[in-house]
Amino acid sequence: MSDIPAGLETLDFSFSGGRPVGAFPPVLVGVVGSGNLEVMLEASAGDGCAVRVETSARGFGPIWQAVADDFFARHPIGGVRISINDMGATPAVVSLRLDQAVAELPQGAPS
Amino acid sequence: MNSSQWTTRADNRALRLARAATALGTRLTGKLVATDAIDVLLDAVLEPGDRVCLEGNNQKQADFLAQALVRVDPQRIHHLHMVQSVLALPEHLDIFENGVASRLDFSFSGPQGARLAKLVSAGRIEIGAIHTYLELFARYFVDLTPKVALVAAHAADAQGNLYTGPNTEDTPAIVEATAFSGGIVIAQVNELVDGTTTTLPRIDIPADWIGFVVKAPRPNFIEPLFTRDPAQISEIQVLMAMMAIKGIYGEYGVQRLNHGIGFDTAAIELLLPTYGESLGLKGKIGKHWALNPHPALIPAIEAGWVESIHSFGSELGMEEYIRARSDVFFTGPDGSLRSNRAFCQAAGHYACDMFIGSTLQIDLDGNSSTATLGRIAGFGGAPNMGADARGRRHASEAWLKAGREARAGRSGAAGTPRGQKLVVQMVETFREHMQPAFVDRLDAWTLQEQAGMALPPIMIYGDDVSHILTEEGIANLLMCRSDAEREQAIRGVAGYTAVGLGRDKRAVENLRDRGVIRRPQDLGIDPRQATRNLLAARSMRDLVRASGGLYQPPRRFRNW
Repeated sequence: MSDIPAGLETLDFSFSGGRPVGAFPPVLVGVVGSGNLEVMLEASAGDGCAVRVETSARGFGPIWQAVADDFFARHPIGGVRISINDMGATPAVVSLRLDQAVAELPQGAPS
Repeated sequence: MNSSQWTTRADNRALRLARAATALGTRLTGKLVATDAIDVLLDAVLEPGDRVCLEGNNQKQADFLAQALVRVDPQRIHHLHMVQSVLALPEHLDIFENGVASRLDFSFSGPQGARLAKLVSAGRIEIGAIHTYLELFARYFVDLTPKVALVAAHAADAQGNLYTGPNTEDTPAIVEATAFSGGIVIAQVNELVDGTTTTLPRIDIPADWIGFVVKAPRPNFIEPLFTRDPAQISEIQVLMAMMAIKGIYGEYGVQRLNHGIGFDTAAIELLLPTYGESLGLKGKIGKHWALNPHPALIPAIEAGWVESIHSFGSELGMEEYIRARSDVFFTGPDGSLRSNRAFCQAAGHYACDMFIGSTLQIDLDGNSSTATLGRIAGFGGAPNMGADARGRRHASEAWLKAGREARAGRSGAAGTPRGQKLVVQMVETFREHMQPAFVDRLDAWTLQEQAGMALPPIMIYGDDVSHILTEEGIANLLMCRSDAEREQAIRGVAGYTAVGLGRDKRAVENLRDRGVIRRPQDLGIDPRQATRNLLAARSMRDLVRASGGLYQPPRRFRNW
């Protein structure tokens, strides 16, 4: 971990133009543990998709941006707030958790 | 011409044996040397400049003899040229620090790689070359023949016959090269039997190839190197294993294969009887293996997938299971495993249609290496497993299909019909701590400059790699027709690494249309189905249960 500075980093990404999902009870997948992450989806006003990442691994902003971009391309959803608590998960695990979370949305999400 | 000039090796051996007999006196009985006389024996037998093979491989270690070698007087015995498979124990380098040895030819130095690099840069060790196992064994019979071999066996009888037990490993190759070239073999054993009231379970090395036997005060060290706890296999590894089974094993009908040592391939082993079964692949893939007795293969064996396994070495805890499954493993009349690294390396090279394993770094040409800065490690058997066998002439379905893909549309020598081995590099795009597996330049190049090597230490050359498998997809390099295409195929499965983000998206989509790159969804695999529930065993305890209690894992793998 020598190359990863200590302390949390917060990153925000937002997307618009997605298909509104409507009201739904919060969805939580994953666990906060080393190399893993927790993803929570909540309904929000408007048609935006806001992603907030709290990560223990600093300095990977561009990779998070790319992961978020690809996620939104796969699942263009709106009216959603996504909160991520990350403990150094790889992009593959992040994408998997996001896909798992979307699968929990009512009547299936666009995919 | 004086005929005695043609027997200098035999004369020298006789001289050394006589010297030992004189020095040992009553502490030598037949070939049996008293344990506390080991220093006297080495002092009498060794000469300065001798080429010495100290048996050290990735599992079994002649540790007692290694410790004794450290104690010889460097004023009398020096400039030894060590030839050995693996540098594993501190003693293997202590003898260079204290001036007993000066030159080294080897294959792998995993645990001692950093210290070896320091000694080389300090000028304390002159490295001849870093070999593959098979390559080093071959040189034992050409220009690196040992004068003295220090080996480990489980037991000896009064005549000096050796029983190696399941961990035969390198011993036959070392002993044969030494004993038939005027050299002297000294064996440390854990047990002695008298040959009449107690006998060896079987004879692995005949007594007349052996010079001296000494009982070690402690059993020789064996490392359980191939045990992977299923509890540590991740969902991503399950996903990659599903892709491997469906997209490569099933696609090519791979029946004869070798697996690497990591969790990625352990996941494949544990998915055969579950996911593989659901695809209807039982009997169509994975029948014959060149493989150590991997505990992770137990569920597949129990489910009737596996017809045969030949092994390089054994694995601690698998002894009783192997004994009870003698239809599958190579076992002696005594029931225990007979392993043989040289033969198994040959089997993996010539008789297997696929090697699949992992690496630390892959570059844009598909070259891969586990070499990292500040360490001189070598690659053991991987380059022989992970290389097309250019001398192979027998055909199989998988080999022919790979060859057709590689040669389609080519003419002349490059288009002459032949098969090709499947060599699969299976990596997650990021390793732990977000270290990218894909790089623009391998550390191997810098290491070459630092250590003054003739070549960069590349483990598997790009032109031998047939497929690169990551969580993002499978890149089939056999179907690439130019360097640029190969580069985009690699970038196209390199995920969010800098190499992956640097892809030409159009070129990658084009490769995907042609089937050069295949995503999980192209294979009909939903990543969300990739859960640990698919593993036939999810813990060490599950493996024990699957074996009917026959597998007895070493203590460190037990949490019950």
